[in-house]
Amino acid sequence: MIDTLFFYSFALLTLLGAILTVTRRSAVHSAMWLIVSLAGVAGLYLLQKAEFLFAVQIVLYVGGIMLLFLFVIMLVNLDEAALQRQFNKQWWIALVCVVATGGLVLYFVRSGAGAFRLAPPAQASPVIEGNTERLADVLFSQYLLPFEVASILLLVAIVGSVVMAKKRI
Amino acid sequence: MFHPITTTHYLMLSAALLLIGTAGVLARRNIVIILMSIELILNAVNINLVAFSNHLQNMSGQIFAIFVITVAVAEAAVGLGILIALFRNKETVLADEVDLLKW
Repeated sequence: MIDTLFFYSFALLTLLGAILTVTRRSAVHSAMWLIVSLAGVAGLYLLQKAEFLFAVQIVLYVGGIMLLFLFVIMLVNLDEAALQRQFNKQWWIALVCVVATGGLVLYFVRSGAGAFRLAPPAQASPVIEGNTERLADVLFSQYLLPFEVASILLLVAIVGSVVMAKKRI
Repeated sequence: MFHPITTTHYLMLSAALLLIGTAGVLARRNIVIILMSIELILNAVNINLVAFSNHLQNMSGQIFAIFVITVAVAEAAVGLGILIALFRNKETVLADEVDLLKW
């Protein structure tokens, strides 16, 4: 009951924020609505008992990535861009594609509801263990190599963004 | 009055978020907002992964969500760096004015 209420309010927050993000004229307004949308997604993580991802979403997305976006918006002069057309010439093709894909998904979910039915959810393990602890167990045993590869990816991204943004190398 | 929330609800929400993000990527001209739409798409993927992680009581979904966030951070950093370099050279942030390679 209370879960249902929370789900629909977070879903409304997420979708409303997303729609306003892609339709606002000013990039700063878009960034603000994106923060609302990301906070809604964080609430959905909490509803699904993914507490660690909730914290990561708030600290990293809302605190980190959005700060980066706002810095760049301040750095790059967007006043001139805000006065011009906001959508390109193919916007109606994009809209048709998106609506068609959405209709297709809805049609298949409706017509194949029997085939789409998911297996009943697994029962939670009786051992009471924190989400972060279980996550760390899996991450540092089963997924150790991808974890190390991710660190190389981040290193490459750091070097790449410095090279891109620097005036003269 | 209220139906209980199932995994299917989360999947439909994720599909809707993905479509909104796709519309933003395809239709907007401002590169900053295109990058924000990409973040929306990656978040839709994450909702999907966490929903199945909760459904199957398997932690792998949440691990993959962390990796998706890592890739999103790297993408945002490099993308915004490219944007700054572009603005320095072409004085524009509109995607359809960058048509040097177009015939």
